[in-house]
Amino acid sequence: MTPIHEPLSEEAAARLVMIAGLSATPFSISGGGTRSLLPATDGAEQLSTRGLNGIVAYNPAEMTMTVRAGTPLEKVEAALAENRQMLAFEPVDLRGVLGSSGIPTIGGVFATNASGPRRFVAGAARDSLLGVRFVNGKGEIVKAGGRVMKNVTGLDLAKLLAGSHGSLALLTEVTFRVLPMPETAVTIVVSNLNDAEATAAMATAMALPVEVSGAAHLPESVRGRFVGGALPDGAATVLRLEGLAASVSVRAQKLADAMAGFGTVSQCDAGLTQRLWREIRDATPYADGTSRPLWRVSVAPTAGQQLVAALRLEAGVDAFYDWQGGLVWLRMESDPEAALLRRYIKAVGGGHATLLRARPDVLAATEIFQPQTDAVTAIQTAVKASFDPAGLFRSRMTG
Amino acid sequence: MDQIAFLEPRPAVLSRRREIVADLLDLLPEGCLVHEPRELVPFETDAFVSYRRLPLAVALPETTQQVAAVLKYCHRYGVPVVPRGAGTSLAGGAIPQEDAVVIGLSKMSRILEVDFANRTATVQAGVTNLAISDAVSADGYFYAPDPSSQLACTIGGNIGMNSGGAHCLKYGVTTNNLLGVKLVLIDGTIVDLGGKALDAGGLDLLAVVCGSEGQLGIVTEATVRLIARPEGARPVLFGFDTSEEAGACVADVIGAGIIPVAIEFMDKPAIEICEAFAQAGYPMDVEALLIVEVEGSEAEMDAMLASIIEIAGRHGVKVVKECQSATEAALIWKGRKSAFGATGRIADYICMDGTVPLGQLPHVLRGTAEIVAKYGLRVANVFHAGDGNMHPLILFNANDPEDAARAEAAGNEILKLCVDAGGCLTGEHGVGIEKRDLMRHQYSEVDLAQQMAVRAAFDPQWLLNPSKVFPLEGRPAA
Repeated sequence: MTPIHEPLSEEAAARLVMIAGLSATPFSISGGGTRSLLPATDGAEQLSTRGLNGIVAYNPAEMTMTVRAGTPLEKVEAALAENRQMLAFEPVDLRGVLGSSGIPTIGGVFATNASGPRRFVAGAARDSLLGVRFVNGKGEIVKAGGRVMKNVTGLDLAKLLAGSHGSLALLTEVTFRVLPMPETAVTIVVSNLNDAEATAAMATAMALPVEVSGAAHLPESVRGRFVGGALPDGAATVLRLEGLAASVSVRAQKLADAMAGFGTVSQCDAGLTQRLWREIRDATPYADGTSRPLWRVSVAPTAGQQLVAALRLEAGVDAFYDWQGGLVWLRMESDPEAALLRRYIKAVGGGHATLLRARPDVLAATEIFQPQTDAVTAIQTAVKASFDPAGLFRSRMTG
Repeated sequence: MDQIAFLEPRPAVLSRRREIVADLLDLLPEGCLVHEPRELVPFETDAFVSYRRLPLAVALPETTQQVAAVLKYCHRYGVPVVPRGAGTSLAGGAIPQEDAVVIGLSKMSRILEVDFANRTATVQAGVTNLAISDAVSADGYFYAPDPSSQLACTIGGNIGMNSGGAHCLKYGVTTNNLLGVKLVLIDGTIVDLGGKALDAGGLDLLAVVCGSEGQLGIVTEATVRLIARPEGARPVLFGFDTSEEAGACVADVIGAGIIPVAIEFMDKPAIEICEAFAQAGYPMDVEALLIVEVEGSEAEMDAMLASIIEIAGRHGVKVVKECQSATEAALIWKGRKSAFGATGRIADYICMDGTVPLGQLPHVLRGTAEIVAKYGLRVANVFHAGDGNMHPLILFNANDPEDAARAEAAGNEILKLCVDAGGCLTGEHGVGIEKRDLMRHQYSEVDLAQQMAVRAAFDPQWLLNPSKVFPLEGRPAA
């Protein structure tokens, strides 16, 4: 059992890191431990933000919130909901697919840039992040960014830390933008399209001035595993509209008319819409209690279905699409097929794949993050050293 | 007026001027190097005209490979490099220095690909901001960030300064609309960051390149996000008796969960200047004016406007003027977007760019008025109120050095006021040289050292745009 450190203050965290530096004790940073399947590297002690808890400032009228990194996401979302506000990027909850327990933290959400269905129009977690406080590998307490919407005062280190998976620094506090919750939401369902037709339908929907805020395609193999099988038979291409009730109904009609040329159109009400998009967000069909390899792949929207079609010829895959087709949740039958997958990603125009789940030995043996070119790796290494010269913070992202 | 220092030119570079010019002439096609002193004059400053330095030479490459060749050469011989788009920086971001080679991207102005199915455009860095929207508008799309200088400013410059504009309240600034870049590093290495796929597979280097003011590398191509144009858009004018009322109205609109696509603020001096220039039909008997733009279908716009009018009523709105035609709407925006140019017709000005939390708007407006009065100067306020991004234009006479020094001092005080109110020095113009020496007011030494360390990770010798952003004292030894 490796030691777990849970400093109760930013100062204590800084001291801990500084002292660890003297003995070159490496750390693996964690939040609520929901990604426990991604193991730390050998010999690293766990450094958790759990002790850094609490909402520091929340001003609904300014649409910003400042929170200590270890604060449970649940607590943040509850405080926002009281004012009918929300995180625009719909943070993903991976506990289902990872079969893990633990409480997702707001720091973990930003450190993994965990963004859900609305990401493709409203931006990722990183786009909502306005400012951070963090402890770097020298044990210094650093602040970057601020609490205003527009800020180009110096380098945007906050966004750089978003999605850095604990490789650069220990986030201690985050300030982010929030948005009003939409009054209502509906989903237009187009049934029975194949993957290529669905991709065309989603592109057509996005070209309309109806402000689609979710565009996913659920092939027949997974459709029944969403919302208890409540969607119509056959593959479901689903398009979400949100906003004021009066406006949503007008836009829904317009969108339904435009989609009628593609297939049979039906509509989900607000309640079913909420459940459906939560399950799309969390890849619920793959919360299957197995450790079959699960990839999260980001490519251009039109490339998603090309990628899956190519892979199908060579491997057992099951997939569904979010982000207009550009986010592919990909479950492999047995082997993760990392090399094959990454070769095809390149062939369809580039992107990246992250292996979220597999047997522990497979995870340990696979490059779970997308390998970068030598030139980019060299910059990453230099950037890593600029935060953490002694390499105290171990992460699979930068080694 | 010359208080802001530049780095001392490197004697070893100045003394080799002729050889450097000869070598660059060899590296570049004919007509791609400017080196005659007379021809260098147009490059000696940008829109922050109080400061000027004649560069050593100006390279105007036509390809990424040529940019790489010039950078590789400058890296080898320790020659500073100043990237330049259209030279519209209000912060002095593109002002050269005597020992620097300017790399101007003006010849790289082609739109390389428009991909509607993926809603992206890939363009060379010298393409103007407006040219992107123009190229896609017939198909019902636009590129969202819209700085006032969008007719002239380039996408490369927009990336350097993470530019915003009036409509970023809803759509975000450059960093939120940028998907990928082709970046040439100081040693000439060409890397691709991002692309048509969302988010980064490794560290999000694109995030730190955007807004880095040309200090991490030179962007030669960019892939940006296109958005389907809304069905309709309607700007409405709201006139108030005081700036405080207008400011409070903005905070309440946002607080009520209404996010119009733009909320612009003008005070009386700004209204007068812009009306005289554009005849936009602004009400003249008010002290403060908000331009609120809503978009969507007619029904949506009506609903949103009704809520906003109701809130404005609570703040004693005096005039509500809805435009009756597309021509009127265009005039309203023309007046707003030409604010800087129109101001330039009546006086010299410096434009501040501090951003404050919305609730602080009335306090900072009051403080700004007091500071400017203390220095015996005039100010016109015209800015993006919805996101707290203030643009006080401090009017002065550039032919009077004392007046100019007073304007600069007043500007510095206003920016400190913004930081003290929980805001920042610059929302969308960048630090450049203008705000460089105020960085310590916003950041601690440790904060700055961390930023400088990241900067040095890309450019260890500090050759790229070296006089900018970070205070000259206390830099790490190269």
